[in-house]
Amino acid sequence: MAGAVGRLNLLKLTQNHVGSLTACAKPFGCASLGIEPTQQRRWESSAHLIKSLPKAKYGGRHTVTMLPGGGIGPELMSYVREVFRYAGVPVDFEEVPIDPSNDSNEDLEYAITSIRRNGAALKGNIETRSLSPNVISRNVAIRNELDLFVNVLHCTSFPGIQSRHSDVDIVVVRQNTEGEYAMMEHESVPGVVECLKVVTRANSDRVARFAFDYAKRHGRKKVTTIHKANIMKSSDGLFLAVCREVAKDYPDIQHDDMIIDNCCMQLVSNPHQFDVMVMPNLYGSIVSNVICGLIGGAGLLSGRNYGYEYAVFEPGTRNTGSAIAGKNIANPISMMNSAADLLHHLQLENHSVWLREAIDKTINVDKIHTPDLGGQATSMDVIKNIITFMQAKTKSSTFTERIEFRQASVI
Amino acid sequence: MASGVFRRLLPINRNYCNVRFASTRTVTLIPGDGIGPEISAAVQKIFSAAQVPINWEPVDVTSVKGPDGKFGIPQAAIDSVNKNEIGLKGPLMTPIGKGHRSLNLALRKEFNLYANVRPCKSLDGYETLYKDVDVVTIRENTEGEYSGIEHEIVPGVVQSIKLITEDASRRVADFAFSYAKANGRSKVTVVHKANIMRMSDGLFLRCCREASKKFPEIKMEERYLDTVCLTMVQDPSQYDVLVMPNLYGDILSDLCAGLVGGLGLTPSGNIGLNGAIFESVHGTAPDIAGQDKANPTALLLSAVMMLRYMELGTYANKIEKACFEVIREGNKLTGDLGGKGKCSEFTDEICKKVESS
Amino acid sequence: MAGTMGGLKLLTNSAPKILRAANGLPTKSLPCVNYMAASTPARKYSIQAPVSKPEGRTLCTLIPGDGVGPELMQAMQEVLEAAGAPVDFETYFLSDIQPMLSAKVDDVVNSVAKNAVCIKGILSSPVTGDRASINYQLRSKLDLFANVVNVRTLPGIQTRHKNLDMIIIREQTEGEFSSLEHESVKGVVECYKIVTAEKSKRIAKFAFDYATKHNRKKVTAVHKANIMKLGDGLFLKCCQEVAKLYPKIEFDSMIVDNCTMQMVSNPHQFDVLVMGNLYGSIVDNIGAGLVGGAGVVVGSSYSANSVVYEPGSRHTFSEAAGKNVANPTAVILCGAKMLMHVNLQYHGSKIYKAVEKVLKSGKSLTKDLGGQSSTQEYTYAIIHALQH
Repeated sequence: MAGAVGRLNLLKLTQNHVGSLTACAKPFGCASLGIEPTQQRRWESSAHLIKSLPKAKYGGRHTVTMLPGGGIGPELMSYVREVFRYAGVPVDFEEVPIDPSNDSNEDLEYAITSIRRNGAALKGNIETRSLSPNVISRNVAIRNELDLFVNVLHCTSFPGIQSRHSDVDIVVVRQNTEGEYAMMEHESVPGVVECLKVVTRANSDRVARFAFDYAKRHGRKKVTTIHKANIMKSSDGLFLAVCREVAKDYPDIQHDDMIIDNCCMQLVSNPHQFDVMVMPNLYGSIVSNVICGLIGGAGLLSGRNYGYEYAVFEPGTRNTGSAIAGKNIANPISMMNSAADLLHHLQLENHSVWLREAIDKTINVDKIHTPDLGGQATSMDVIKNIITFMQAKTKSSTFTERIEFRQASVI
Repeated sequence: MASGVFRRLLPINRNYCNVRFASTRTVTLIPGDGIGPEISAAVQKIFSAAQVPINWEPVDVTSVKGPDGKFGIPQAAIDSVNKNEIGLKGPLMTPIGKGHRSLNLALRKEFNLYANVRPCKSLDGYETLYKDVDVVTIRENTEGEYSGIEHEIVPGVVQSIKLITEDASRRVADFAFSYAKANGRSKVTVVHKANIMRMSDGLFLRCCREASKKFPEIKMEERYLDTVCLTMVQDPSQYDVLVMPNLYGDILSDLCAGLVGGLGLTPSGNIGLNGAIFESVHGTAPDIAGQDKANPTALLLSAVMMLRYMELGTYANKIEKACFEVIREGNKLTGDLGGKGKCSEFTDEICKKVESS
Repeated sequence: MAGTMGGLKLLTNSAPKILRAANGLPTKSLPCVNYMAASTPARKYSIQAPVSKPEGRTLCTLIPGDGVGPELMQAMQEVLEAAGAPVDFETYFLSDIQPMLSAKVDDVVNSVAKNAVCIKGILSSPVTGDRASINYQLRSKLDLFANVVNVRTLPGIQTRHKNLDMIIIREQTEGEFSSLEHESVKGVVECYKIVTAEKSKRIAKFAFDYATKHNRKKVTAVHKANIMKLGDGLFLKCCQEVAKLYPKIEFDSMIVDNCTMQMVSNPHQFDVLVMGNLYGSIVDNIGAGLVGGAGVVVGSSYSANSVVYEPGSRHTFSEAAGKNVANPTAVILCGAKMLMHVNLQYHGSKIYKAVEKVLKSGKSLTKDLGGQSSTQEYTYAIIHALQH
């Protein structure tokens, strides 16, 4: 499988660097998770084992890992539980809290194991308080360990929200596990820090393929590759070359490319020219935040992380919002959208559609907006409105209709 | 009450008359591992106190490498049991690892021990949640689920075969009914699962039905395994003698032992075509071995069963009575029965009782 | 702050756990009160919630079963109706022993697959005949691979052991009951026991997932790998492998004969037990015996997509049919569990509480529990308790 190869390459690369760079004080990559090499092998073997196991779905009820994360995360999670319960969604959560102030990775390892078992997770943004260089971001660790190689952010404008541009509809497909986020930094001589950006053909290939597949399945017309190949000729050059190769397999989909700085400018001036965008890791982070800003802030969109085996759903812009935690003013819409994504992934298509309708109605028709959208409503007001809508929807349905899966397009 | 427990096991042995008239008979003693030697010594001591006309022939069954490269029981031990046709065995430990045959299994095969008899009776003086338990489980011992025929068809798929033959089923069914008759029992319950395993357990059931026709004075009832499990823990007094295939017997006999206080109190006998071996079925308890803490009751009661099998009933009754009295008095109980006594004190107390009777 | 959140109240699942631990209570949550246990907030953003009531009606397949089944189902339906549970039943009479009256197995299978939930009485299997029993057909066609029996002491029932609470999980699609038998030569019957890695891992994962979901601490695999080195050895190995994925749950194993002995002498050591088909049938029944008999234990069989609730130990009790004496507790609790499964925790726990109240008062007990009441009187007592 291409995925396994890519992963192996990355690991090999990591290990080579651990071995060859004498200047480095600490090992990098997965090893810097605090996982001993033997343990690493155990993880790999358990990853292999889990592939042969069914996901946690019994009697029509799913179990899904819930990582509340820091800041407003726990609050938003409790809203999700509440909505699910009122709507009679057959999903149970296995909550795995991760202590941000603890440097040990025990919680994190458990969380990853838990996702492996359940197959899917709903996740807030996890804080990594430690600034010590050998503790890597836990969000990144989860993505790397589960090989969630692609992040998808579907950016659509909400008609009920005042913003500079309306009718934006862009899908951002982002490589999620390598690039600048490969976690290989070291001080080669005092005062000189090198950060390695890793681009592999295998990883680029599967993310490009994913983007084109996505475009094809969802009736999109165009894929734009975002890069900086004029400067980084080999690394971004490779990414771009792979995208062009893959594009040949999809003659119905138009393919073009754009340099990242130009892209940002185009986004704020004329976002309607974009359809599906595919890019390496760091650019993805930039582009998705720009688009979120365009259509109304961080609290609206949901991001989806996919690997071959697992899927993790989280709010689209990755920030914890610690400042507004516990004040009942956080915008729950992004987490609600993530929950709808999760339901879609679990093929609970009715629920997913109802939840999206409820969100749409709350934001665009009833215009119940939290302060970040310029409104006066509390988080609870938004949730209450969604629950009322969901309950009305479930009134005419039975349990089986609720768990019935429509022919859903994959991902 | 003590004398009623195991009045007499039926002498099935073909060559029984050969040994019958010998004044002193020889019994093979396999002391076993862990606490085995201690409790065997205790039994020997009590037997000599009761002046039982028995010569012990202790044999060592430490595994030796056989001609096929696997470890197994030494030929000397096999010869000894073959000669004496009767044995008393302490707990044995099967070494873990490949190439070791289970010694218990080997003995079973060697002597064709087709029936395992385990009487479980509540003892006065040792409180459990169940009183008035008095059941005898008789288990087919040579085939069924434990036939040892297993193979991996494709990787990850194992098929093991449960083998039921008419011969073996009939043999154990006959034994069960004649045991019931010889011991003054009134009912035999056939435990089966013929609603699911229609052919295999069905065959066993049919053999039992046929056997029961030969013993009109013994009542016969058929019960599903599930029902027996359910009612056994609710009301064990409704059962008397139970006869069943291998696996069910294995499980139910331990269940019954649990009802009366564990394997440390239950004797066991294996009746075969070429001899009979009586044994204590508890573990080797290596943690307390050599500390004089072990409880010899199970082995002693097994030895009592053996005496009855050898038609030395008077000695059997004397020893059994003494043993039950000591337990009832409760002064010298060993640690596992909640007392503070040592194995040697417990043994001496029984010896005293035996001598004074 | 919690109070500022407006009229709606929230809850997190962790609240009961934290609270119980803080109060020194066992953190094992009782399945029936899983959503009801917490009364004060553990975190400031979570408060105990009113229990959810999805508005739609739920359709449930009902198989009355043989023996006393139809009477008990009647009692269960009356109780559910009295509790106001929005459930409709699709009843299929299914029987091996009255084939003329029986519905087609395929129709029933389709109904269960459509409704996802089913309540089933006990079907007796005739000893004769070579057709696979209806039970077996249902199980294999719906792929109901996991059977769960919750052995829990109910208040007011006199038993030898007090305060038992264990879960017995049994693989029921392979093993000894695979119905593969043949007579190789006259007088010699071979019966195959099949153990596969795939199904062993699946049941092991089910057990651990179940333990995780219900905050259990320990899973014990029951086997006979010392004798059946390949078959049960494979099962044990699969359990050990899967256990590695659940570092927070203790795992151990026990040989089946020892397990049965421990069940009657020291059952409190067990939490979740997982085992193959035949051992499960044995241990289920021992467990049922420990807590008061076949009339009070709830069982459920899961496939990935559907769940069938049935009394935990499988006896039709046909000698009591029509006499109005059978104990409907197990069947009523099946109904309550079914409600909880379809997010009707409100109704489910209401029924649970009513049953416990009636049992505790000790007045209207049926004969098997030492009382004098008929099935109907007992049912009315529960309905009365529901309304007060």
